[in-house]
Amino acid sequence: MSASTTPSLEDRSATTEPVRAERTPTGEPTGLKVRRWVRYVVLTVLAVLFISPLIFMVVTSFKTRADSASLPPSWWPSPFSTDAFATVLGAGTDTPVLRWFANSMIAAALHATLVVTTAALAAYPLARMEFRGKKIVFGAIVATLFVPPVILIIPNYLIVGQLFWLDTLIAIIVPTAASAFGVFFLRQFFLGLPLELEEAARLDGANRFQVFWKVVLPLSRPALVTLAMLAFLTNYNDFLWPVYVLFSPENQTLPAGLSTLQSANAVRYDLLMAGAVVASVPVLALYVGAQRFIIEGVSRSGLKG
Amino acid sequence: MASTVTAPRSETVSDDRRGGAPRRRDINSVGIAPWLFLAPYLVLFLAFVVGPIVYGLYISLHRYDFTLPNKPFVGLENYTDLFTPGSITFSAFWQSMRATGIFTVFSVPLLLVVPLMIALVMNRKFPGRNLFRAVFFAPYVLGVAVVAILWRYLLDSNIGLVNYYLGLLGLPDNTAWTTSTPAAWFALVGVTVWWTLGFNAVIYLAGLQDIPRELYEAAEMDGANRWQQFRHVTLPGLKPVLSFVTMTTIIASANMFGQSYLITKGAPGTETRTAIYQIAETGLRNYQMGSAAAMSYVLTLFLILLSLLVFWLFRDRETPKRQKAGAPVQAAPLMLRQGKG
Repeated sequence: MSASTTPSLEDRSATTEPVRAERTPTGEPTGLKVRRWVRYVVLTVLAVLFISPLIFMVVTSFKTRADSASLPPSWWPSPFSTDAFATVLGAGTDTPVLRWFANSMIAAALHATLVVTTAALAAYPLARMEFRGKKIVFGAIVATLFVPPVILIIPNYLIVGQLFWLDTLIAIIVPTAASAFGVFFLRQFFLGLPLELEEAARLDGANRFQVFWKVVLPLSRPALVTLAMLAFLTNYNDFLWPVYVLFSPENQTLPAGLSTLQSANAVRYDLLMAGAVVASVPVLALYVGAQRFIIEGVSRSGLKG
Repeated sequence: MASTVTAPRSETVSDDRRGGAPRRRDINSVGIAPWLFLAPYLVLFLAFVVGPIVYGLYISLHRYDFTLPNKPFVGLENYTDLFTPGSITFSAFWQSMRATGIFTVFSVPLLLVVPLMIALVMNRKFPGRNLFRAVFFAPYVLGVAVVAILWRYLLDSNIGLVNYYLGLLGLPDNTAWTTSTPAAWFALVGVTVWWTLGFNAVIYLAGLQDIPRELYEAAEMDGANRWQQFRHVTLPGLKPVLSFVTMTTIIASANMFGQSYLITKGAPGTETRTAIYQIAETGLRNYQMGSAAAMSYVLTLFLILLSLLVFWLFRDRETPKRQKAGAPVQAAPLMLRQGKG
């Protein structure tokens, strides 16, 4: 195609033509047009069905107690009521949802900070420096990617107990913060950065830490944000660990708290849905705002690391 | 090893540089710098990952009860008990392993096929595609607690939506989704597929987009129909992604906990109580930590064998080297799906 000039121009217009035709509905063959519409209809129906449980969750959270337990199910709250939220968010109960919300946000934010800080610091020498023991350290970190976390539950419970961290948020923030995935992910990213900038900074007299802080980190913002999001989501949503290491009602995170809310109000679905909505709002907001980072982070991780 | 991280030294470097040749060797010598960078991570890594792996082994060799003063050494007793029919832990453990097995066997194929179909439908450029992708991924960002409490409501045998709409379709409308088998298995698998299919779909979609268009064009020119194109272009092109998705999905399913804990509470009886659930209850509710640690090591062994089997099934017969290089890369995001079931 690139051999001679005139035919190549013709070639190019010939190849782009069908693509353009597919885009403008007027010039498109009916078969393609029908297929396009079928795809839209099928996808839209599927997507609406798929998302409907979440819609019903939100709708129910604004229903009255009686309305939430009546059949046929209504897809609009009538009467519209915020009683469920008032009840679960109200003070003086055994299920202080607002307190749990604060606990979860604080724990997840500190956890994400700790994960990104330690992983970035660790990933940098593994990407850029030569030293004895590097292979062993990196090998050990990668090897733990294969270790199922179940093996850590019992010993970490005892370690956390010996540190007097049981029933505190520190137990949620710290023990899961050594992210092998984070080190791996950031190392891959650092390896892809242009070496020249770092070398230039070194020649200008910057020390290793200054190079890392002033050159590498600013260039790595997308990767750092992606890792922070994933760490936040994982910690915010974590369920098993908080259920077993937090006991006092006021120390629960939201997922663990929702579990106690469920045991306390087994059939008060209006309250349960209100609690679930409160728990969903931050992650859905984060998802809508940073969808690109989250989805790109996940899809890239499947291929290149 | 000379110290290289202090400020005075950098001054000397710039002085030297004025004098002439750049001191490349000096710039590349690292001293203790890498260890200073690694230190914070390694503290956490040793204290809460490497240490516990060894400590867990130690616990599993003792009759270790958190609440009792004496924790006598019992050798392999906790392990032999798990393999001795009639012992206290035997039936509970293997029933939970069976539950995990049933869940894995039914959820994994669905989680491999359904997201692939969604990804194939979406593997075209069309307006609104990113919106659809976002919708299918959305449940995945929610935690298991939200998902399970929501579905506990929808699956309620009296006032739940699921039974109501099944009734409208003329199907039985009184299924006890959360308290009877096999209905509970349908519920647990169905909820999990709904919750996590977006994760696999997004990875498939990225994999599909990496297959060069020319391959399809060439296949089309050779007269291949859509099925043949799928069979001979799409599937081989997707192989590395497929092996990654299979691996992560199996491990995630084998780690299922929250759905069973919140939706069925292990009911009926302890039939839907999974292995992780059993380990947590044995160790952290009944404080038989020695037994629980032994169980977690047996489960881990199973998971490792399963992973090796998957590696072997997907091994690249033509170019064995590539597979080797790909392995750790593909294991990287396991963390994202751990425990997601």
